[in-house]
Amino acid sequence: MNRELALRDALREAILEEMRLDENVFLMGEEVAEYDGAYKVSKGLLDEFGAKRVIDTPIAELGFAGIGVGAAMNGLRPIIEFMTWNFAVLAFDQIVNNAAKTLSQSAGQFSCPIVFRGPSGAAGQLAQQHSQTFESWMANVPGLKVISCVDPADAKGLLKSAIRDNDPVCFMESELLYGFKGLVPEGEYTVPIGLAAVRREGTDVTLVSYNKMMLVALEAADELAKEGISAEVIDLRTIRPLDYHTLVKSLKKTNRMVVIDESWPFAGVSSEVTYQMQRYAFDYLDAPVIRVNAADTSLPYAAPLVDAYMPNAAKVIKAVKEVMYVK
Amino acid sequence: MNTVVDKKKTGKGNPTSDGHPKERYLFWFELMLRIRRFEEKALMMYGQQKIRGFCHVYIGQEAVAAGIESVIRREDGIVTAYRQHGIALGRGISAKSAMAELYGKATGVVKGKGGSMHFLSAEHKYFGGNGIVGAQIPIGTGIAFAEKYKGTDNLCVTMFGDGAARQGALHESFNMAMSWKLPVLYIVENNGYAMGTSVNRTSNVVELYKMGLSYDMPSEAVDGMSPEAVHEAITRAAAHIRAGNGPYFLEIRTYRYKGHSVSDPAKYRTKEEVQSYQDRDPVKMIEVKMLDEKIATEKEIQAIKDKIKIEMEEAIDFAENSPLPHPDELYTDNYMQKDYPFIMD
Ligand SMILES: Cc1ncc(C[n+]2csc(CCOP(=O)(O)OP(=O)(O)O)c2C)c(N)n1
Ligand SMILES: [Mg+2]
Repeated sequence: MNRELALRDALREAILEEMRLDENVFLMGEEVAEYDGAYKVSKGLLDEFGAKRVIDTPIAELGFAGIGVGAAMNGLRPIIEFMTWNFAVLAFDQIVNNAAKTLSQSAGQFSCPIVFRGPSGAAGQLAQQHSQTFESWMANVPGLKVISCVDPADAKGLLKSAIRDNDPVCFMESELLYGFKGLVPEGEYTVPIGLAAVRREGTDVTLVSYNKMMLVALEAADELAKEGISAEVIDLRTIRPLDYHTLVKSLKKTNRMVVIDESWPFAGVSSEVTYQMQRYAFDYLDAPVIRVNAADTSLPYAAPLVDAYMPNAAKVIKAVKEVMYVK
Repeated sequence: MNTVVDKKKTGKGNPTSDGHPKERYLFWFELMLRIRRFEEKALMMYGQQKIRGFCHVYIGQEAVAAGIESVIRREDGIVTAYRQHGIALGRGISAKSAMAELYGKATGVVKGKGGSMHFLSAEHKYFGGNGIVGAQIPIGTGIAFAEKYKGTDNLCVTMFGDGAARQGALHESFNMAMSWKLPVLYIVENNGYAMGTSVNRTSNVVELYKMGLSYDMPSEAVDGMSPEAVHEAITRAAAHIRAGNGPYFLEIRTYRYKGHSVSDPAKYRTKEEVQSYQDRDPVKMIEVKMLDEKIATEKEIQAIKDKIKIEMEEAIDFAENSPLPHPDELYTDNYMQKDYPFIMD
C-alpha cells in the first residue's frame, strides 16, 4: 500500500522509525526541536523522543558538527541537521578533516557513523550565499558518502539506509521541494545507497540528473516526447559512490547523454559522470556527452539573473537536440 | 544638511533636559521614521510579491541605528548581518536605491544583485549586509585591522545578533582584536531571539556583554530602545577606541516586533512580551518627548513626517519604474579580471 507524502514527511518518517529502532540515534541542529525544524522536517519528534534525543543547538555549526563526530566515534549515531548546506561550510573542518578521516587515521578502530543532512541548491531569489549546491564538494572527499534526492519514497528509504550506514553520509535535500509529494510505501523498507533509478524509459537519449533538477529533466522529457524524441531519465539518487553501471547500461541503449546538474560546471557532478561515460562507454557514444549546469558564476538576487543562471527545460531540450544533431 | 550633521554630533545647538541638542533629536526622529516607513512599505510590497527571497525587517530596533549614526563619522566603517535595511539607511543609502534593490532592479544599491540581505556601498563605507550568521564578526575585525594598518583613527562598527554571538568566530575575533588593539566597536543587537530560539536557550551566559570580559575587553549593556542611551554608549566606546586603546563591546538590548523573517509566525513568544516593547517604541517615544519637552514644535515634526512620506512614495515609484538587470549581468562582477574565461559549455 502506498500513500502520498510530502518530502518533509517522508524524511521525518525515516528519522522517527530509526530513532524508535535504535536508542543511539539522535537528532541535533538549529531549531530542530521546539520550532519543529526550520522546514518542519522534525515536526513532533521532540514530543515523542524528548530533549535528550532531539536537541536544539545554538548557531554554532562547527561546534555541533564536531560534537556529532565525537559522539559517533564514541558509539552513538548522530543525525546532524544543517539549516541549509550553505551553513555547513562552517563545519567542513569537522566533516572533511574528521568525519571522513577518522577510520583511516585510526587504522579502522574508530568509525564515524553519522548523517549530516539539510537542503542543498538554490531556492529562488536568495542570492549568492544561500544558493549553493554542495554535492560535488562533498563527493570529492574519500571517506564520505553523498546522497541527494527529492523523491519522497526514495528519500525515506535512503535516509534510513544512511542512518544505519557505518560510514559518514552527507544527505542533501531541497528547500524548494520539502512540500513535493510522492507515493511512499507503508511499512518497513530501505533503499540501498549507491544505486541510481531509471525514472522513465526511453530509447533516443539518456538524461541524467538528481535532486530538484530531476523535475527539470522530466519536464524536458515530456516536451521531447511531443516532438517524437524518447528520453530515458535517470535519477542518480546517490552521488558517491556513483552508479555508473546503470548509466552505461542506458547509454548502450540510447548512445546519447545529457547531464542536468545544478552544481557549477568546474569539477561538478556532471564532469564526473562525463568522465565515466567516455571511459567505460566510449564505443557506444554517438555524440559527446553534454551537460546543463548552473552558470559558472555566483547567483545574484534579481529574477532575470536567476533565470539565466538555473538549468531549465528549454536549456535541456537544446542540449538534447545538440547531441542528436537535430535542429 | 552638513550643519545639521555637525550639530547632532558635536552637541552644539540648544541643549535639552538631558544634554542632547534639538538637532540630534530631529536627526534621530527622521532616521528612525525613515527606517520604519521604509520597512512597512517593504513588507507591503513583499505581500504583493514585488519583493522576493528572504526579507528580515528591523522594525523595533531603529534606535540602535539612530544612536550609532549620531556619533560615528562617515569615514568609519560598518558591517552587519542580513537584518540590515535600517543600518544601510542610517549610512545614508537612499530609500530609492534601497527599495529598487528589494525589487531586484538594475538601479538598486547593488544593481539588483544582492536583495534584502546585501546592500553594500563602498561610497558609504558600508560593508554589508552578510547572510552567514557571524561571518561579519571577523570581517569587521579585519576592516578595523586595515584602518590601524593605514594609520587612520577610524573605527569599524561590527554588528551581529544574539544568535551570532554563539559562533566560535566571535571568540577568535575578540581575542585577536584585543591582542592587537584593533579599532573595532563590537555591537551585539540582543533582540532576545535567534529565529525561534531565545537567548537563554543558547547559553548559560545570557548577559551577552559579559562575553567580552573574558578577553578583558571593556563591555557594557545598553538600553536599545533609547537613542539617547545608545548615543551615549557609542560616544564612550568611540572615544576609547580612537584613543588607540583597542576594541569595545556593547550589548544593545532591543527587540524585533515582527517575526524573524516574513515567513515566521513567531509563535515562540507572547503577545504581552511584544506589547511590552511596543509600549516603549522609540519612534513614538521620541515624538512624545519632543512635544512634551518642547524640543520641537508639532509643525516641525509634521514637516519631517511629510518629507518621509514623500520620500517613500518616490522610492516605490522609482523601484516600480526602474528596469530589471539584463541577463548578461550574471557574468559581471564575478572577477575583477574583465576577460575572465567562464565555462560556457
Ligand atoms: C552560519 C549560519 N547558520 C544558520 C543560518 C540561518 N539563520 C539565519 S538568521 C538566523 C538567526 C540569527 O539570529 P540573531 O543572530 O539573533 O539575529 P537576528 O535575526 O535576531 O537579527 C539563523 C539561524 C545562517 N544564515 N548562517
Ligand atoms: Mg537575535
